[in-house]
Amino acid sequence: MTRYVLRRLLQAIPVFFGTTFLIYFMVFSMPGDPVLALFGDRTPSDAVLQAVREQYNLDQPFFVQYLLYLQGFFTGDMGVTFSGQSVNEVFVRAFPVTLKLVTIAVVTEFLLSVGFGLLSGLRKGKFADHASLVFALVLNSVPPFVALFVAQYFVGIKWGLAPVTVGANATWGALLLPGVTIALTIYVVGMRLMRGSVIEAREGDYVRTAYAKGLTSKRVVPVHVARNSLIPVITNSAASFGALIAGTTVTEGIFNIPGIGKVLYDAILRGENSTVVSFVTILTVMYIVVNILVDLLYAVLDPRIRYV
Amino acid sequence: MSDRNAHYVAPVDETQPGDVDQVKLAKRKSNMWIDAWRDLRKRPLFYVALVLSFSVLILALFPEWFTNADPSYGDLSRSNGAATEGHPLGFTKLGYDVWARIVYGAKTSLTVGLLVVAITAAIGIPMGAIAGYYGGRVDSILSRIGDVFFSIPYFLAAVVVMSVMSDWRNPLTISFAIGGFAWASLARIVRAEVLRNKNLEYVMASEAVGRSRGSTLLRHVLPNSMGPVIVALTLSLGGAITAEATLSLLGIGLNGYFSWGNEIAQAQQTLRTNPSALFWPSLALTLTVLAFTFLGELIRDALDPKARARR
Amino acid sequence: MTETTPVTDTNGAAPVVGEDQPLISVHDLEVGFQTQNGIVNAVRGVSFDIYPGETVAIVGESGSGKSTTATALMKLLPGNGDITGGKVLVEGTDIVDHDEKQMAAIRGGVIGYVPQDPMSNLNPVWSVGFQVREAIRANGVATGKKEIEARAVEVLQQAGLADAERRMSQFPHQFSGGMRQRVLIGIGLGADPKLLIADEPTSALDVTVQKVILDHIESLTHEKGTAVLLITHDLGLAAERASKVIVMHQGRIVESGPSRDLLTNPQHPYTQRLIAAAPSLASRRIESSSAVAEAGVGADKFDVAQMAEQRAEKVDQDAAPIISVKNLTKEFQIRKGGFKSETFRAVDEISFDIPKGTTLALVGESGSGKSTAAKMILGLEVPTAGDIVVGGTNMTNVSRKDLFNLRARMQPVFQDPYSSLDPQRSIGATIAEPMKVHKVGDKAARRARVLELLDQVSLPEELAGRYPNELSGGQRQRVAIARPGAQAGRGRARRGGLRARRARPGADPPAPGGPAGRARAELPVHHARPRGGARHRRQRRGDGAGQDRRVRHHGRDLRVREAAVHAASARRDPGRRDRVGRLTLS
Repeated sequence: MTRYVLRRLLQAIPVFFGTTFLIYFMVFSMPGDPVLALFGDRTPSDAVLQAVREQYNLDQPFFVQYLLYLQGFFTGDMGVTFSGQSVNEVFVRAFPVTLKLVTIAVVTEFLLSVGFGLLSGLRKGKFADHASLVFALVLNSVPPFVALFVAQYFVGIKWGLAPVTVGANATWGALLLPGVTIALTIYVVGMRLMRGSVIEAREGDYVRTAYAKGLTSKRVVPVHVARNSLIPVITNSAASFGALIAGTTVTEGIFNIPGIGKVLYDAILRGENSTVVSFVTILTVMYIVVNILVDLLYAVLDPRIRYV
Repeated sequence: MSDRNAHYVAPVDETQPGDVDQVKLAKRKSNMWIDAWRDLRKRPLFYVALVLSFSVLILALFPEWFTNADPSYGDLSRSNGAATEGHPLGFTKLGYDVWARIVYGAKTSLTVGLLVVAITAAIGIPMGAIAGYYGGRVDSILSRIGDVFFSIPYFLAAVVVMSVMSDWRNPLTISFAIGGFAWASLARIVRAEVLRNKNLEYVMASEAVGRSRGSTLLRHVLPNSMGPVIVALTLSLGGAITAEATLSLLGIGLNGYFSWGNEIAQAQQTLRTNPSALFWPSLALTLTVLAFTFLGELIRDALDPKARARR
Repeated sequence: MTETTPVTDTNGAAPVVGEDQPLISVHDLEVGFQTQNGIVNAVRGVSFDIYPGETVAIVGESGSGKSTTATALMKLLPGNGDITGGKVLVEGTDIVDHDEKQMAAIRGGVIGYVPQDPMSNLNPVWSVGFQVREAIRANGVATGKKEIEARAVEVLQQAGLADAERRMSQFPHQFSGGMRQRVLIGIGLGADPKLLIADEPTSALDVTVQKVILDHIESLTHEKGTAVLLITHDLGLAAERASKVIVMHQGRIVESGPSRDLLTNPQHPYTQRLIAAAPSLASRRIESSSAVAEAGVGADKFDVAQMAEQRAEKVDQDAAPIISVKNLTKEFQIRKGGFKSETFRAVDEISFDIPKGTTLALVGESGSGKSTAAKMILGLEVPTAGDIVVGGTNMTNVSRKDLFNLRARMQPVFQDPYSSLDPQRSIGATIAEPMKVHKVGDKAARRARVLELLDQVSLPEELAGRYPNELSGGQRQRVAIARPGAQAGRGRARRGGLRARRARPGADPPAPGGPAGRARAELPVHHARPRGGARHRRQRRGDGAGQDRRVRHHGRDLRVREAAVHAASARRDPGRRDRVGRLTLS
């Protein structure tokens, strides 16, 4: 297991350098003054302009720029946002809200996956199976922002069951509607995994052997079918955790949730590109870290990897 | 069975001498694609998805067949107006014809979708195929490059590219912004498929006959790896259309083109007063994505004999 | 169940019914499977009895319905299968209409089960101890945590797992195949059932482990007076282990009786063919001192050694060998996690010659390196060291062009007819490929040759436009044999023409000087039969093909052999025959 963990961590190193370099490259290999390009049509205050020039060390050769930028990243100096606030401060303020939102979405997604996946798998080929699969696929085809608008319009505006927007006070209750809506659009993947492994497990040799021991399905289904099927579903949910953290921009924008996504959303809308780059980098690194954790989680859950 | 030690012999039912050489030919030809097509034809949902996809295609190719209204003509006097003769879906806040904007938006969505698919395939298939087939150091290098692209969520990458490229917000750049990162997951699929196929004996047989490695890859390995690739590409068509609309919604998508994403962004402001201006383009977008998703899913099912047998 | 029980022992181990009453009685059993093409009957009117303490074997090929019959006794048929007729009496009670709860009482407690594949029959996410305890708890053999634990350890120890106590907390993947099978035997016998169903319990194991496991099952069940239903494809093994043998074919019983009787006096032609093909019997024939021979089976009838003698042919000793291999070695780097890697010698300095017009058989277990050697001869794998000379060309520094030309003369026929044909190319295109690659003839000529070749392997011309998955395994193999014929090569390596026929451990000669699994030392050359004689025999077979071909009709192994006959007949040109060298792997 230790070896597995070490190998996974070693693999992440080139990926980390590769991704940060790629993002940096995309921005700073553009023709013209990259700082001006970073600000698009808008002109920032001189102080911010100066800060950005310093942050990106534009007087140095390209590769040195990148290394110095990395140095800043490691020492926790992420530069400033367009309005002059420290990126660190903004991050620390916004991240807990995003975490709450994503937690709601992931937990809901997990429950939907397991529930419908089990139903579908145990009723393989029957009406309940087809209906729940088609339903989940239809939901999955709805672009997330369309789903969010629909939820906002009907649940928020028309029926008045939930706040239309969240605002500064992002409580668990207020985040429920956007969180569940997002879960509904993505749970098909987990449900499929659950369904597939339930079917496989049910036809699997070890399940037949379990019945041959004299066990009844009351024990076989939870202990031998569901338990084995859970591993891929749990890791899938954990993986969607990373994807959702990276993808809350639209959700938080539409529901006005003061998380990282909203910071990015505002920066994009206002064309504050330096802020966009900073936060995209942070989100990408978080995405990579979560994916490493997912693989480690997999190792913990599967004894075949846990004890090598 | 009364005597437990009886020696029982069943009546002999012998194969006749000539029977061995007799080959019973099935009435119909059968290989993976023929079987899949036969299966697809039996499924009603396939026709629904097909009709929807073709409708979008026709809409994109011949928008003038479907509306006489000018999508770029805005008249503030009919701001948020209800449907009238020739304008079946009413008007936006700025007085544009909702239906006309949807009709003309189809072309943009489809163009971007197909371009992204083409870019994804053009990078992803060779990268995955070469990595999987040649293995060793080539594989290590190509796979590490793929890992890097795979590790940046492609939507975020597109956000960065489109933010910086503020002067070139056209279908080509947006397609590269999306496809330039989406290829990595396709490459993984291709690599896995090629790895699965390359050690089968027909590949060895082909090389033993004297076919070169590259030719064997193209003639035998790749064709047999195409099933999951086609499924992934069909599904990514829907994903690309969604990504374009989302970028447009954020104002960093297309500039100066009719796009459902732009319509939805505009209509967002009148969600309370004129929800239909938001609803219709959203519906068009959803139905289009739905069509391609179901097409992909049905092909996936049809190509998998195990799934077929399960039904 | 206890109401009808006249005698009960405190252990529950003694037979519940009298010695003269069958423990299991199957009457006209029918099992059907729901498939895309309607219901397929896998078992069609099967009847037999199993008496307490008796060992009964059901023998048949895959698809004969033998495993289905066994699982029907426990009502563990897969989801799409169902008992569609007949009765299954377990201790006098018909279980066909039993519900799940009633069946749970029978499974484990009355009928124990040892499955075929130890790799897939233990749940990978639970410890071995957990899975054994579960079985013991379910059958109420022991109650209370400590008792269950003690019983579980005892059961595993009895099954031959030495340090059972320590290994209880380990997971299945930490066990070898043989160890896992012992765990499964422990589970199967954990509740002292009256019948143990062993479904090919050793077919997934290494040859060397098979006998030990079977001996162990035998001694355990004998000790406790447990009846055994042994499912196997090997008639010799069945006869050795069981007192009664039932031969099944296509869902029906074709012959049944006391094993000695059945073996010495097989009545049904199918049984006779099975005896001729049984792997364990074949290896004994070589030893020619088997129980079978003692039992009185005409040794001359199946004497392989004699057959080999007959085959011995005159070889032109002066002619240079068509293929010459010297000190051929292949090493692979196996990654051992992290940055370490280990060198694995797959082929270790082997040398042999194949004179023109002869057949060489390279024999070994899977992993012995025989396929790697063949691949190197074909130029599909680069040797680490050693020389290969094919028809005067040294393969080690062969130019691309020479290799290309050589490949026109040297063709493999692969082992697995299911993967050796590209599923997406038509049969015609597959056969024409060598000609196309070597630019032989124009399109029309190639097409004509394809049709000719199809005819020579007795396949209809219409097949040219069809695809591999419309064909049976034997038919595919015929196509695979027609393909190299297209180029009409002068040297031909033939691989896997005969499937791997695993000899039983007793008859398995240990690989000289090293762990099993290495091809080592100079291999003897088996000379092919004289060509003229072979042709003569083929011609004789020409019109009276009935007998021979029919024999070859049934069974996977046999079907492939049928294909080999066709291969021979595909090379009718006598002028070329003497130049053919063949390499056979098995």
